[in-house]
Amino acid sequence: MNAGRILLAVLLVMNVASAIGVVYARHEHRQLFVALDRLTHERDELNIDFGRLQLEQATWAESNRVDQIARTRLGMKFPEGAEIEVVRP
Amino acid sequence: MSMLPKNPFARRQQKQNPARTATPARPRAQRGGFNLRGRLALVCGGLGLCSLALIGRAVDLQLVDNEFYRKQGDERFLRELEIPTTRGMITDRNGEPLAVSTPVESIWANPQELSRNPDRLPELARALGVPADYLTRKVLQRSDKEFMWLQRRMNPAVARRIVALDIPGVFSQREFRRFYPQGEALAHVLGFTNIDDEGQEGVELAFDDWLRGKPGMEKVIRDRRGRIVENVDLVQPATPGRDLTLSIDRRIQYLAYRELKRQLLESGASSGSAVVLDIATGEVLAMANVPSFNPNAVETGNRDAHRNRAITDTFEPGSTAKPLTVAAALEAGVITPHTLFNTSPGWIPNGKYRTTDTHNYGTLDTTGVIRKSSNVGASLIARRLSDQQFYDFFHKMGYGASTHSGFPGESPGSLPAPSRWSGTSKQTMSYGYGMSVTPLQVARAYAAIANGGRAIQPTFVKGERNEPVQLLDPKIAGEVMKMMQTVTEPGGTATQAAILGYHVAGKTGTSRVAHAGGYSREYTAFFAGVVPVDNPRFAMAVVIKNPTQGSYYGGLVAGPVFHNVMEGALRLMDVPPDDIDAWLAAQSAAEAKARGGKPAPAVAAAPVDGGPGNDDVQAVTP
Repeated sequence: MNAGRILLAVLLVMNVASAIGVVYARHEHRQLFVALDRLTHERDELNIDFGRLQLEQATWAESNRVDQIARTRLGMKFPEGAEIEVVRP
Repeated sequence: MSMLPKNPFARRQQKQNPARTATPARPRAQRGGFNLRGRLALVCGGLGLCSLALIGRAVDLQLVDNEFYRKQGDERFLRELEIPTTRGMITDRNGEPLAVSTPVESIWANPQELSRNPDRLPELARALGVPADYLTRKVLQRSDKEFMWLQRRMNPAVARRIVALDIPGVFSQREFRRFYPQGEALAHVLGFTNIDDEGQEGVELAFDDWLRGKPGMEKVIRDRRGRIVENVDLVQPATPGRDLTLSIDRRIQYLAYRELKRQLLESGASSGSAVVLDIATGEVLAMANVPSFNPNAVETGNRDAHRNRAITDTFEPGSTAKPLTVAAALEAGVITPHTLFNTSPGWIPNGKYRTTDTHNYGTLDTTGVIRKSSNVGASLIARRLSDQQFYDFFHKMGYGASTHSGFPGESPGSLPAPSRWSGTSKQTMSYGYGMSVTPLQVARAYAAIANGGRAIQPTFVKGERNEPVQLLDPKIAGEVMKMMQTVTEPGGTATQAAILGYHVAGKTGTSRVAHAGGYSREYTAFFAGVVPVDNPRFAMAVVIKNPTQGSYYGGLVAGPVFHNVMEGALRLMDVPPDDIDAWLAAQSAAEAKARGGKPAPAVAAAPVDGGPGNDDVQAVTP
């Protein structure tokens, strides 16, 4: 009889404890999920920013533009055959 | 049982009932008339039934129909939202971005909500830049719907301003748009995507599954006004599209496009294509076409310019087929490089037609046939081959069959089988008429000859290694290479394609464009070549269709394109020259000229100190 009561009490305590555990885990899940969400968002934003910067860089480095600037603004040209010095090892 | 003794008393009280009104001071007598137990039981039973019904209902709600009601509840505030994701980036072989997805905002509205505030419509129309009555009409048309796009793919800054107006029922959603920083130069290879970010043409279509991301799903709690209160759960994470590294080299590609465009303007041609293959790997290093279109504004361009002509259009290869005719005869053992052919008087009958050369070349050896591009010579060589031998060789070299590059819309060209030949077919085919090929097929065949007879399936993906197939004896391939080398040397038909410091093997081609019932006055100028001859690196095919100004010969029209692009490519890829002697000769000639005019200049570059190399230089400098 006594043992039964003790068992009941223990089970009751465990029940309550596990219930609190569930609540706590759920709470933690929510919090972690919010954090994950924020971080994913941040990552995506950074990725998008990176993509935008790459796009910008590629636009600036567009071959046609570089070619034009090199020829007109910097006055560069491809060396003639005779202007190339052949160096042998 | 304890109630029992009271029963007789109750009965007694009932008997006294008529006297009740007369004696109100005796309340007990009032009770006497009721069946108390019965009533109690009734009330208790009634209440019990009620609570039983309540419990039953609760069980029904909580246990039996729980799912249904929970769903109903959730539907009122829980929403599954799509998480948009990016399409993979396409880069060239050096990691330079060629196609990048970047976010834009699309404005959408809930017409039900919007039509409740008609006074704000003009304000919205102004912000969107559309006429107010047009917007009003559209909103009213859809006033029973819950969704309509107002404007898609806007500048995010403008979209933010519109949302900031805080008009009820107007929202913005992030979408992704594709940008192609290389613009026209690479438009055909890359293709483009539609407004829903699905590949429509080119690599975007061929690798759509690889590039496309899988949008994720998340569960959120939303309030009545659509604001997200809380993120509840991630149903499915978004998987962004994978990046794709192409075999294309952006710089060579640009060169090819620029040179084609320039040649198109100079020669008044209607279109042009160029393909550059890496001989050792089969990778497509460049593939350019003119006219081109702007992939960032596809709708405005001419549909005809969208075609990747280098792979979808076929041309009669003309004289570029002659090296294959020669290789076929060498393989069959019916000629040697030194066999002599008498091409006098510059023509030869072919059924009731004639095969003619531009000049009477007299007696030519096999190399001479290639160098001078003699149709008569090619005919004489083909006559020594059986129909089947001839057909089998061209078929083996990939003519008349798709290269399986995986590019959408690739044409297999056409190579009629001997059963469909007329009596004149073999002879006309020996110099490249009566069949059609794509520039890519020609480049592949030339690459195979340069690669010691080993053909590799072309690919657009960097690092994708296709197994080479030995098609031709390496010795024969080498002999054909030596013959083709004479084409770009003095006395050949394409000295314009020669590159200082390198031996170039190639072949010109000029063919009349076939029209219904014969050949028109339109020409196709072809040049196909490989460089350098020792240790070949690049194979390139150039086609210029219908040049109208100046010459129409392949060597004069397509040759310079080959020269300019290959010269640049050799420099960009650091290919060591295989003909330093020519370089040194040119250099000393220039020095001599400079010395003749002006006082001798100091030695331009510091000579290499010591070493055998220096002696070499001394030895060959006259």
